[in-house]
Amino acid sequence: MAVLGVLSAVVFYAPGGVAFRHFFFDPHQMWISLVGSHQGLASVGKGIVTNIWMFCLCEVLVLVLGLLLAWVRISTAPVLAPLRALAMIYTDIFRGIPILLVFIIVGFGLAELNIGWISHQTPAFYGCVAITLTYTAYVAEVYRAGLHSVPHGQILAARSLGLSHAATMRQVILPQAVRTVIPPLLNDFISMQKDTALVSILGIVEAVQSAQIDAAQNFNDSGLVVAALLFLVMTVPLTRLTDRLIDNDRKRRLAGTS
Amino acid sequence: MSVLGFHNVSKRFGTNDVLRGVSLDLQRHDVVCVIGASGSGKSTLLRCANLLERVDGGDVTLFGQSLLDPRIDENLVRRQVAMVFQAFNLFPHLSVLQNVMLGPVHGLKRPVDEVREEAMALLERIGLVTRAGDYPDRLSGGQQQRVAIVRALAMQPALLLLDEVTSALDPTLVGEVLELLRELALEGTTMLLATHEMGFAREVATTVAYLDQGVVIEAGSPEQLLDAPQHERTQAFLSRVRS
Repeated sequence: MAVLGVLSAVVFYAPGGVAFRHFFFDPHQMWISLVGSHQGLASVGKGIVTNIWMFCLCEVLVLVLGLLLAWVRISTAPVLAPLRALAMIYTDIFRGIPILLVFIIVGFGLAELNIGWISHQTPAFYGCVAITLTYTAYVAEVYRAGLHSVPHGQILAARSLGLSHAATMRQVILPQAVRTVIPPLLNDFISMQKDTALVSILGIVEAVQSAQIDAAQNFNDSGLVVAALLFLVMTVPLTRLTDRLIDNDRKRRLAGTS
Repeated sequence: MSVLGFHNVSKRFGTNDVLRGVSLDLQRHDVVCVIGASGSGKSTLLRCANLLERVDGGDVTLFGQSLLDPRIDENLVRRQVAMVFQAFNLFPHLSVLQNVMLGPVHGLKRPVDEVREEAMALLERIGLVTRAGDYPDRLSGGQQQRVAIVRALAMQPALLLLDEVTSALDPTLVGEVLELLRELALEGTTMLLATHEMGFAREVATTVAYLDQGVVIEAGSPEQLLDAPQHERTQAFLSRVRS
């Protein structure tokens, strides 16, 4: 609260405060960039819909693929050794490359390759592929940590009850692992929601791109602030939810030890 | 009829010889207590009986059939040989009732309704039927271990393995767990225990075996082994335990 107060005081009393408010917080400009206008202004409100469906789709894909990748990485069967090596290389690569480069390489590279239907998709498709590739690597590591956090005695107990490997995973390991990984998983999703803004580099007119079009036509950046506010509306509830889950988990642990 | 047989079993972890030629036989209704210091190989021996560990040499037989046979299905073996652990290893995300039902439902694939009835009867028997819906962390250590024991019993096993099941318990809670085991012994449950409870071993065991550095030094009836041990290492161990 105090920080907000100081910030607004700066905005109001700085020598360039008036110009700043005009460029970034002009209510009229903010409104028309939110809804769009007949003079060809892009709508940030419409743009954000693109961001939303992209991360909704990617979250589902990442949840499934990340789990598969983690499963491969924690496997111990000797026959899976080559697959484990591949999974490790994959994780290294996609956690190591800035996501912006992944967008460019996937978005322009795949189209350039000219191989059948893969090279004839929309930019949004490539955007989703790039996000999914990158975040699968992150989320797999989160899952892996969660799966490893389940005590070995749990596995011994489940196996002793005649449960198969698969049933042990499903009934005993996963339910416990998921509980521990939900907060870090949500954390990655918050970050993913914001990274959907980067698909603008592929020419997709999502929220940030729309705001930039407005800014270029109007010499006014208020649309960018609108985009920022819309992202906050999406990420803040998720952040609060994460906080609450972490808090509940901590309380549960404390209660368990007493 | 021989339920379980260890025949000259050896087991190594790296360069550490944990078991070095152990032979032991359990007939139906036998209660065999394996005693010995920590690290003597008791737990490993038990784990070889339900294939949580694979032996490196010798043979383990269940009803005369070798467990080393590559065609053997380890899940089928474990459905006949249930195990109870020192640290209970109850599933914290499942209620007491669900803990007891998990094996029969997902291991034996038996119908849920039937299993629930049996599980409730087992909980009734240990006086915890009112706690069926509680999670394990709400129970005392003694209650948790008794739940772990009936979780094993719910599998209707031919053999029960108990790995130092009272060692992690507060001394005041040991009694209720031993009482349950005593009842099971009287009912003729075939059991193999690794234990430090000498009094209990004397009372219910048909055979007591002293294990030291991976070798059965001496085995016999409780009277023989505990009151008149022949081997000096057994004598030394017992005097250490009693002092």
